[in-house]
Amino acid sequence: MTRPTPNTWLHLDATQLAHEHRSGARSVVDTIAACCARSQRLQPRWNAFLALDCERALARAHTLEHAATRGRLHGVPIAVKANLAVEGLESSCASRLLVGWRAPYTATAVARLEAEGAVVIGTTNMDEYAMGSSGESSAFGPTRNPWDEARAPGGSSSGSAAAVAGHLVPLALGTDTGGSVRQPAAWCGLAGFKPTWGRISRYGLVAYASSLDCVAPLARSMRDLDLALDIMAGPDARDATCSPTALHESVPFKDLQGLVLGVPHEWRAALTDGPSRAAFEACVEAARAAGARIVELSLPLTRHAVSCYYLLATVEAASNLARFDGLRYGVRAAAHSSSLAASIAASRTQGFGAEVKRRIVLGTYALSAGHAEAWHTHAAKVRTLVCREFDEAWSACDALLGPTTPFPAIRLGERSNDPLSLYACDALTTPVSLAGLPAAALRTPLVEHEGGQLPTGAQVVTPHGADRLALRIAEVLETQLGTQALLSPAAEVQA
Amino acid sequence: MNLVRQANTTTWLSPHTGQVWELVIGLEVHCQLATRSKLFCGCAVEFGAAPNTRVCAVCSAQPGSLPVLNGEALRLAVRAGLALGCSIAARTHFDRKHYFYCDLPKGYQISQATRPFCTGGGVRLRSGKLVRLQRIHLEEDAGKAIHDRGPWTLVDLNRAGVPLIESVTEADLSAPEEAVEYLTALKEMLQHAGVSACDMEKGELRCDVNVSVRKPGAGYGTKVEIKNLNSFRFVAAAIEYELQRQVAALESGDPAQRLVQETRLWDTEQGVTRSMRTKEGAADYRYMPEPDLPELQLPASFVERERSMLGEPPAERRARWQQQWHLAAKDAEALTHTRELADWFEAAVRAGAPPKECASFLLNEVLTAQPDSLSLLLPRQVAALVTMVAAGEVSHASARSVLRVTLAEGTEPEVVVQQQGLRMVLDTRQIEAWCRQALVGREAIIADVKAGKVAAVNALLGPALKLAAGKANAAVVRETLLRLIAES
Ligand SMILES: [Zn+2]
Repeated sequence: MTRPTPNTWLHLDATQLAHEHRSGARSVVDTIAACCARSQRLQPRWNAFLALDCERALARAHTLEHAATRGRLHGVPIAVKANLAVEGLESSCASRLLVGWRAPYTATAVARLEAEGAVVIGTTNMDEYAMGSSGESSAFGPTRNPWDEARAPGGSSSGSAAAVAGHLVPLALGTDTGGSVRQPAAWCGLAGFKPTWGRISRYGLVAYASSLDCVAPLARSMRDLDLALDIMAGPDARDATCSPTALHESVPFKDLQGLVLGVPHEWRAALTDGPSRAAFEACVEAARAAGARIVELSLPLTRHAVSCYYLLATVEAASNLARFDGLRYGVRAAAHSSSLAASIAASRTQGFGAEVKRRIVLGTYALSAGHAEAWHTHAAKVRTLVCREFDEAWSACDALLGPTTPFPAIRLGERSNDPLSLYACDALTTPVSLAGLPAAALRTPLVEHEGGQLPTGAQVVTPHGADRLALRIAEVLETQLGTQALLSPAAEVQA
Repeated sequence: MNLVRQANTTTWLSPHTGQVWELVIGLEVHCQLATRSKLFCGCAVEFGAAPNTRVCAVCSAQPGSLPVLNGEALRLAVRAGLALGCSIAARTHFDRKHYFYCDLPKGYQISQATRPFCTGGGVRLRSGKLVRLQRIHLEEDAGKAIHDRGPWTLVDLNRAGVPLIESVTEADLSAPEEAVEYLTALKEMLQHAGVSACDMEKGELRCDVNVSVRKPGAGYGTKVEIKNLNSFRFVAAAIEYELQRQVAALESGDPAQRLVQETRLWDTEQGVTRSMRTKEGAADYRYMPEPDLPELQLPASFVERERSMLGEPPAERRARWQQQWHLAAKDAEALTHTRELADWFEAAVRAGAPPKECASFLLNEVLTAQPDSLSLLLPRQVAALVTMVAAGEVSHASARSVLRVTLAEGTEPEVVVQQQGLRMVLDTRQIEAWCRQALVGREAIIADVKAGKVAAVNALLGPALKLAAGKANAAVVRETLLRLIAES
């Protein structure tokens, strides 16, 4: 739980806020109005939102205020990454090509949160089509990290992370394809959760790399993530890849007695700076203190994960983004000739940013005749081996514990001219994505870094389907570390 | 140049060089499945609906939408494979085939490349030759681009996502008429299995032809693919045209005419094929597994259920009718034109109609009466009528008028016969009485007949039948007259 500050909604988590709305202790309209005002006022500061729709949110708040049935997220303001469809809201994926595209339908995950009383106040900034690790590839300017505005909040769910870290909303949806929720969680001092692939319907998630994409929540408490997961998970007739198996019962536990946590030494070794290493070791100590047995193990394929991920993800991205031709929706650019090819080429040339083009070209190449065998087929085989490596790990431990990112938040612009060094930020998150496993991102202690205090994070990875186990372990670790009440300086920023 | 077909062979002689040539032909047929909705969304499949009115987020490729497989399409596709004797894969998956075109909303078509759900099988021609199938796979259709309505291109997405099966033969065909026979048989088998209506005018059956020529015994020549063939007549004409063109090119030795592997379009107006694109310019479809659809599992029970829905193959049905019921080949052919007609005919026979008479009555009277005759009649009604005619109880002429009444008013044939007094008199004594009366005062004729001019009796037939007011059978009356004359 967050620090008790009864006079403001700012510090409450979604669970508590919904409880106060349901009991009538707090007015939904007041909360939403305050939340919208704060988000509008602070928009120039962090650039968290791409579209804020306060009118829509307030209209919904008025309806909810007098509603007879009150859901588990009654009146809770949420922000939704701009690659998720929310009927009537602009979901541009931070791309010039999709400016003005208002979804004609609502994503299943969002619809399920709304059915429990959540109020979407807007769609958030992101790396264009979720391609990036810093939020800087947005066509509408980078998002700033509320902990240090000169730094990146991480990506690609940059705006959702900033919105939660900046106390604009207690809960936001991002998407995690190669770490796009876990990494911003680490850089913004948040709790984030990447579910098992297929656990939450992808219907309404604008595909980047379908076989890796997951809808993933960001919050300031593990219980909020568990609640959001419980609401969003489950089969969906509109997504054939959505798992029919039910979530395990939610049984919170106080300690980690009887559990074996594996710490892959390749993950540990990826930490380059001393303070980050110390923060992670504190987390391992906390696990031990909570009763877990710690085993060191090896996941040697980790070092191939980034290249494997970038091959597979870009191949799928080139395919998924083929629909953006400017013909049926989005922006159709003026072409130099009247041919169809010229029109499509113009729309894509003008509509896509540099990083998106880079990945489309890479993915097209890796699947083209004469090269597919060497690149795509090979990467697919490596992926199978990565999965097998995790399967073997489960015979030695119940869960894996590792750092989320090799280093804390980078400064804006620091790596924008060097894509490979930016891809390196994903070294610890991509192996988990390739295997489709659930991972809870938790807060480890703040570190002194380049003259300031920055958050760090760790991830708890569990076997396929054991989503809740990851969340419960992470919750115990945060309690043990005392990071569950971590507040960003932004909490004190008055709108 | 005009090649000469050598009698009773599938070879052609070049009059200029004396060289003998043969054709190598393979066919790729797209067939639209008879489902109510599209392959990956719930939109209705409806020919002729107003443009872009059968479109949703999925088939217009809105960002974030996902495909979900239509189970009905899968069943029909499996049934098609079974009808053609293919082996059905227990596990299969979909692939994406990429290309940009305005009628392809996703920028890729969901199809099957590496693991089609049907392999093997084939169609046997009358000559006994087996045309082997390489594969059948399931895929979605593209929309329609319309170029002839002004300076722009219009796109109609009603057809986008409609389920198709594509069947691909081995290069087993060696003459235009073999290609036509194969296509006719394929169409008939798919129709009878309930897989597709195969209406070519609605584009439900579309055909691409691969043609090359070679000297007998030589290896394969350079292959040309011809697209845009929307009738069997055009298929034959295009093959014939390519034969002449390719041989002319090869015999000329002219480098400008050198054959290249290419795609050609059939020009319906001019009756020629035209180059569309060469292999160098061919698209790289960059096939990849479709990550939005899980692997498809086809349990044996599912396949067996479809097998039970197949019905008897039309060729076997015709053979059975000819053998068991002695139907004329022509009638059997006509009655298996559609499965509905064939089933209808069988139902009438099961209801007691004598098969041969029933077949000719159906073909000559019922189907010619009005276009929707079959839907207005019950098989047992026709069975009752045909049975009465066959037993001599109702004349042919009366049967026709009974049919008209039953079609118009739905009255049972027996009731019409009763009400209108159309039943023939079968009582021999009554017929004898009419005949005796007709013989009165006709001694000259009687004498002629007795003298051996049997045909003279025909002059008495009219008067006798007139006395019977049309209710006596002419043959019976004629026989009775002859008997009475002989006895006199
Ligand atoms: Zn549709």
